[in-house]
Amino acid sequence: MQHESEIREPLILGKKSYADITRDIARPIEGKASKYWYMLFTLAVIVFIWGLGCLAYTIGAGIGTWGSNNGVDWAWDITNFVWWIGIGHAGTLISAVLLLFRQKWRMAINRAAEAMTIFAVMCAAIFVTLHTGRPWLDYWLFPLPNMFGSLWINFNSPLVWDVFAVSTYFSVSLVFWYTGLVPDFAMLRDRSVKPLAKRMYGIMSFGWGGSARHWHRFEEVSLVLAGLSTPLVFSVHSIVSMDFATALLPGWHTTIFPPYFVAGAVFSGFAMVLTLMLIVRKIYNLENYITVKHVEYMNIIIIVTGSIVGVAYLTELFISWYSGVEYEQYAFLNRATGPYWWAYALMMTCNVVSPQLFWFKKLRTSLGFTFFMSIIVNIGMWFERFVIIVPTLCRTFLPSTWNMYSPTFVDIGIYTGTIGMFFVFFLLFTRYFPVIAQAELKSILKSSGQEYKEKAIHHG
Amino acid sequence: MATKKYWKGLTELNNSAEFIESSNNEFAEKLPVDELLNDDSLADESKGTKRRDFLKYLGFSVTAASLAACETPVTKAIPYVVKPDEITPGVANWYASTYFDGNDYASLIVKTREGRPIKVEGNDLSQVTKGGTNARVQASVLSLYDSSRLTGPKADGKDSSWDKVDAGIVKGLEAVSAKAGAIRILSSTIISPSTKAVIADFVAKYPTAKHITYDEVSYAGILNANAQTFGTPIVPSYNFDKADVIVGIGADFLANWLSPIEYSRQYAETRKVSAEKQHMSEHFQFETNLSLTGANADVRTPVKLSDQGKVAVNLYNAIAKIVGGTTIAESKLACQASIEKAAKSLTAAKGKALVVSGSNDTDVQLVINGINQLLGSYGATIDVANPSNMHQGDDAAFIELTKEMAAGKVGALITYNTNPVYSAPAALKFKEAYAKVGLTVSFADRADETAEHAKFICPDAHYLESWNDASPKAGEYSLGQPTINPLFAEPRHRGTRQAQDSLLAWIGSEEDYATRIKGFWKSDVQTKTTNSASFTDFWNHALHDGVVSTAKSQSAPSASEADLNASADRINKVKGGSFELALYEKVGMGNGNQANNPWLQELPDPISKITWDNYVTMSPDDMRTNGLDLNMMERQDREASLVTVKVQGQSITLPAVPQPGQAKGTIGIAVGYGRDKAGSLSDKTGTVVGKNAYPLAQVAAGSILMGALDVSVADTAEKYMIAGTQIHHTLMGRDMVKETTLEEYKVDPKSGNPDEMLVTHSGTVKASSIDLWDEFGRPGHRWGLTIDLNSCIGCASCVVSCTAENNVAVVGKAEVMNTREMHWLRIDRYYSTNWAKDVDDAKEQAVEQGTSIKDMYLDLENPETENPEVVFQPIMCQHCNHAPCENVCPVLATNHSTDGLNMMTYNRCVGTRYCANNCPFKVRRFNWFNYNGNKDFALNPTQDDLGRMVLNPDVVVRSRGVMEKCSMCVQRIQEGKLDAKAEGAPLKDGAIKTACQQACPTNAIYFGDVNDENSEIAKLRKAEAKGRDYYMLEETGIKPTVSYLTKVRNVEAPVVEKKEPVKSHEDEHAHG
Repeated sequence: MQHESEIREPLILGKKSYADITRDIARPIEGKASKYWYMLFTLAVIVFIWGLGCLAYTIGAGIGTWGSNNGVDWAWDITNFVWWIGIGHAGTLISAVLLLFRQKWRMAINRAAEAMTIFAVMCAAIFVTLHTGRPWLDYWLFPLPNMFGSLWINFNSPLVWDVFAVSTYFSVSLVFWYTGLVPDFAMLRDRSVKPLAKRMYGIMSFGWGGSARHWHRFEEVSLVLAGLSTPLVFSVHSIVSMDFATALLPGWHTTIFPPYFVAGAVFSGFAMVLTLMLIVRKIYNLENYITVKHVEYMNIIIIVTGSIVGVAYLTELFISWYSGVEYEQYAFLNRATGPYWWAYALMMTCNVVSPQLFWFKKLRTSLGFTFFMSIIVNIGMWFERFVIIVPTLCRTFLPSTWNMYSPTFVDIGIYTGTIGMFFVFFLLFTRYFPVIAQAELKSILKSSGQEYKEKAIHHG
Repeated sequence: MATKKYWKGLTELNNSAEFIESSNNEFAEKLPVDELLNDDSLADESKGTKRRDFLKYLGFSVTAASLAACETPVTKAIPYVVKPDEITPGVANWYASTYFDGNDYASLIVKTREGRPIKVEGNDLSQVTKGGTNARVQASVLSLYDSSRLTGPKADGKDSSWDKVDAGIVKGLEAVSAKAGAIRILSSTIISPSTKAVIADFVAKYPTAKHITYDEVSYAGILNANAQTFGTPIVPSYNFDKADVIVGIGADFLANWLSPIEYSRQYAETRKVSAEKQHMSEHFQFETNLSLTGANADVRTPVKLSDQGKVAVNLYNAIAKIVGGTTIAESKLACQASIEKAAKSLTAAKGKALVVSGSNDTDVQLVINGINQLLGSYGATIDVANPSNMHQGDDAAFIELTKEMAAGKVGALITYNTNPVYSAPAALKFKEAYAKVGLTVSFADRADETAEHAKFICPDAHYLESWNDASPKAGEYSLGQPTINPLFAEPRHRGTRQAQDSLLAWIGSEEDYATRIKGFWKSDVQTKTTNSASFTDFWNHALHDGVVSTAKSQSAPSASEADLNASADRINKVKGGSFELALYEKVGMGNGNQANNPWLQELPDPISKITWDNYVTMSPDDMRTNGLDLNMMERQDREASLVTVKVQGQSITLPAVPQPGQAKGTIGIAVGYGRDKAGSLSDKTGTVVGKNAYPLAQVAAGSILMGALDVSVADTAEKYMIAGTQIHHTLMGRDMVKETTLEEYKVDPKSGNPDEMLVTHSGTVKASSIDLWDEFGRPGHRWGLTIDLNSCIGCASCVVSCTAENNVAVVGKAEVMNTREMHWLRIDRYYSTNWAKDVDDAKEQAVEQGTSIKDMYLDLENPETENPEVVFQPIMCQHCNHAPCENVCPVLATNHSTDGLNMMTYNRCVGTRYCANNCPFKVRRFNWFNYNGNKDFALNPTQDDLGRMVLNPDVVVRSRGVMEKCSMCVQRIQEGKLDAKAEGAPLKDGAIKTACQQACPTNAIYFGDVNDENSEIAKLRKAEAKGRDYYMLEETGIKPTVSYLTKVRNVEAPVVEKKEPVKSHEDEHAHG
């Protein structure tokens, strides 16, 4: 009796052939959009336009239309900025870090995750550029040659580091994403029957011919870009965290922020990937490609990063007590029990307590529960940033300056507007770009294995 | 001779009728206008005008029209064709003048730029105010540029001309006079001897005329009491500087009572301590509302309004028992212990003691006179030989006048600098009585509550446009000179005219008022001085200095023994109801005459820190009992319960604000609000600020009581949002404000100010000695600012001065509620209690008592409600030498200057607001909107053509989206340096004064070059280095430039167990 070891569950289900993959991935682009797509798209456009209106009002009248004040000078703007930047992190982690670690399961989700990164960074950019008092002068944050003599930027300022970090991150992510898209565009070009589509995909695929040399270069570039992106996964959010960590304020002035922010970013990013993927696989019938296995893997990452974040929260509390500094102690006591205790409680529940439910296999393989949890985690992560920014600024050193903050309809409008914008872009992406990197995916399609053996036995 | 006919064509030769007609036409050919207008022709190209032609015409006319509209708007700056000798553009001119509005007196020097007065400063030469000002005086320069002022006289509510108005009034006066009808001039206190002479002339011309003085907030009780004691109705001059022990009974002498600017300076003299002068006065205060004076007292005792008189009686008895006098009938009071303590201190300081009372009750003032006689204060701390002229209001005469008016006996009433329809108690029914007067004339500068009902309004000029003189007290004279041509001047027709000139016009005098003043000063003032120069020299000198002091009288009227028993009986009979109401004046609004001044409306009240409202102050305990919302105090909320206060048929609905220190069973309401006719501010803000509380004042026994003894307070169950600039009221055991007691200070000058120590691997060191960076030399100037918390009384004069100097925007109530007020300088006010001044202490106590740390913090958040101690701390940019704001700005918009200033480059600022987040003092102010153009902020003076004239041309008006903050008056520093450079001499210490320093009536702010060893500030810091000098948050390593001097209270040291000076690490953790 010959022993056959268990074959690992395949990453692509449904006994697909190469042609099936091509057809399945091209279907959403070549076919007509479903009514779900139209409904979602209309909703997203409406929210986006409302957000644009609020932005126009802000630019016309001033940042005073927001709820920020002399004391709480940053509030929803920077909360949203950090939140969106954090969400972006999963895309880079999936496509770069997991590539280097040869996690093949990433192939089903990396395209959409990278797209999410691009759009999330665009949303973040809206806040970081328009939260300034005079956004038309934002270009002064770049080290541009000028005629003002020795006038230059302040390299001591974390905001300048931010400018470099975020712009590098965006450009590298964009190039990485686009590089991966080239063979897939070529596939669409080759399949297109409509002349306009053929022409457009032709331009976008840069004359991809699929020769061995093309493939070789493609692989090389991917690897180089993965190598470049990997440090960015850690650097960008570390630098964002330094906006707070280098400040003087109790509650901000803490060295734990860089790792804590990176873990939080990956945490929220995976939650967002889950939210999107669960919608995409349903609408475009991609259940065979984005499988429960994928969802489970991502949920495991959520447990890990959620726990890291939880440890960070507890460390902060411990250190504030251990420091013996009254300002520090009060800042954290205020965070947990002060007027914004509810935000802290939401953060703790959503980010630390609820992910622990994924220890149960039944829950982490339940799609409905996962979708619910992915939303919960993103709510929690939004509140994490809110808790760091607003309650801290509300109660700093001098009790005479203590005050409260509440958002205006403009704050809410711009925030929801960016969510609208994100979904407008993402839905357009799913309609015109292949949502799964099919060229890569084909590399993990099993052409030998249990099923073929079964087939062979069947045919006798 | 035959005439040749030349012709141009046959048509002309034939000269047909058609030709004649056509040659008369301008256009020989028929113009296609009709066709053009005809729709068909436009549609059909074959007929008449072509469509294309139409488009050409259209195109041409649109282009022409738009080109014509494209002209760049021209803003005209007109250069001087012939430059006036005294004006150099860019260089300020200073003129001495005098402010007196019937309430506050200040001798001033007025800064004018290119002919515009833009700032007033105190005149150091004045023997009365000695260079001091208060918030209201500082703000008065903006009232000059009030666009709600009338630009000319009005008759029957319609614009008129001076000729017509004068004719009408003279006719009216003569008609009344002819029938021997009563003519009355009703004015607030007049301290101008020349004006009084003019009125005397008026009375001479119209013999049925009588002048009646009425003060909104009356001091008639003092006048009447002194009439009984000394035979003449006088308000004596008080010398707080000579007093070692001061007892105030409801007298807010640092903010409102009699002559607050003068007394603030005197009081501060007695409060300053140093290594040389380890002595300060002891101040007891018995009062109902927590006033500015009470907040500064060493021992403050809250007493009900109805008990204030009894406190005086019991104090009299307590003193009499000690010094051996006869006692009078007294009633039992809960605060007897405090009274006896005060009596003990007073008698110990006999001859150097002073007792004052704010009561308007003659009986109470008689008892106070009795006390001061027992203490030998007359001739020492009280000068009756040279009385004050500043409050001459006669309540009885005013009440009599309203009766006469109501009876229709008054033929003509001229009101000058008073607004009785607004300010008279409701019981007097002044408005109804006013309607019964035949001829009513008002000198109001706007159609205010009284003037709008007057037949004639003859708008008076602003004091900065007028000639005037003043004698605030016997032997002190000052001149008021115009610093600008009247803004609204069209002689003989429109424009404003000084009230005195109007009176002179109506008696047919040829002289103008300026000449009268000169005449008076020649005949009456110079003769009293030893100055034997020519009058011209004397006059020029007086005009230059602004003040003249003449010989003081030495002959005090002799005091007679009054029957205090009768007074005591009446006082003891006073009973209060369930609630008593004490009306008070706010530091900003005063009596309400500047209600249209946005600077004052936005000035936070020093005690409540509330702007843009008046409100009911109530004891938190009473609020709890009555189920009112205490969240303003307990949860730092901005929402207050609306309550209705009813007093004998009058009612007023206002928000109830919990006021720690308010006597239980009493409420306080500020007067001066609810002025619906004050001017355009109401239109700009969309609402009248506050409610008028004057009608609630009670009339009893011929005097007006600023309060009511029996009122009811009912919750309306509605809420109201309050705009406070500080919503947290305690220090939370932090050491921003350091305090000690005089006893401890004498033993250890560094008491209450221990160095912040840090345990390092190389031992325990001073936290400030640790530095991340290498020190480098700081040669040249190095500016420093030190604030003596012991002298600061929290009067907010500096805040308004800073606003005026630095063009600080006014943002309105809604934005103050959003914590977006723009004041560069604020005064933090903390309530404190004796226990647990320190977090560590509090924690120890909590551990002992078994309470949780969270509850301990919550407890710290709530001030003691019955009678907290109060501290004031002015906070401006601390100009940190390791400024947290500087290193986070991405565009280097905020930098450090070589002379130690933290500078703000508005042009470079993009508005990331990171600097403001990182500022530990939260002194940075962001321009959230375009306050200078956005119509939501029409109340900002910069949005008014007239209001803009008050702007300081040396300070830029900030645009939207940039950060701003205190610059330490860098424009003044630059000016001082340039002046020194031009003179070629080193900069003299004191040549540069910051606006806050200059406005301070108590000299609490020191500014100068700390690198100059001989400067006042360098000497002070050297002397106090091992004493009271400290920097806030020094342990964070920010190295501030602004330092503070510990506050010293003249009280017994609190009984707190001494802590071990250095604690081991383990201990720290144990209760962490």
